[in-house]
Amino acid sequence: MYGWLWRRLPGNTVAKALASGVLAAIVAAVLWYGLFPLLEPLVTLDEVTVTR
Amino acid sequence: MLRTVGELSITAGLILMLFCAYLLWGTGAYTDRQQPLLQQELAREMGGGEQPAQARPLRRINLGKAVALLRIPRLGGDYKYAVIEGVTPEHLMKGPGHYPGTALPGQIGNFVVSGHRTTYGAPFNEIDKLHRGDEIVVDAREARYTYRVTRQHVVQPTELDVVAPVPGKPGRRPAKAVITLTTCHPEYSAAQRLIVHGVLDRTEPRED
Repeated sequence: MYGWLWRRLPGNTVAKALASGVLAAIVAAVLWYGLFPLLEPLVTLDEVTVTR
Repeated sequence: MLRTVGELSITAGLILMLFCAYLLWGTGAYTDRQQPLLQQELAREMGGGEQPAQARPLRRINLGKAVALLRIPRLGGDYKYAVIEGVTPEHLMKGPGHYPGTALPGQIGNFVVSGHRTTYGAPFNEIDKLHRGDEIVVDAREARYTYRVTRQHVVQPTELDVVAPVPGKPGRRPAKAVITLTTCHPEYSAAQRLIVHGVLDRTEPRED
């Protein structure tokens, strides 16, 4: 999977590494600001109130 | 094929780790943005040159509004959180929440405040470090109320008695002004609740 991606990135090794870093950062940002805030309410490891 | 499965597994693991990091540190960013808004709201209502003696205690506060400023000297000189009215997840994301219907600051009865232990700034992360006699300072609109910690214990999540007007004795008529802080226990778990009780020690004019 990553090998396939690496072969398709243009340029030399340095360019490929830079492009990989940018892609990873984009994915991380989408997760952090997009997906994780939607998932967070489903995780109830920090329930603080007492209820019946 | 096997290689792809391995790569996907490693990726899933990294995403899970990133999600844990988000829970612990990322959620606090929202709280950090909301707290100044709540504290400004309080400062506006407290300010305006009004003498504390003339400001009357509120009878009730609308959901989502700032109730008071909470300080706990034992947890640091800069420990300061605006308490919001309400304890739904949306309220608690912004800061410690006051149980609607329980006593307001300084009033006879039980002033109950719940706060996160690990996420959303984790305002109550260290309340297990509170000892008997430690101060819990509540700056309300009309006065500064200083409570002293009397007891700390761990209960089941269903033990509603701790938020009764007389903690542990539901149905009893309250004669004292007490405070109760609740959070989850143990840390990173929702299995139990950590409860800290305190009793009103003194009432003073607010220092701004």
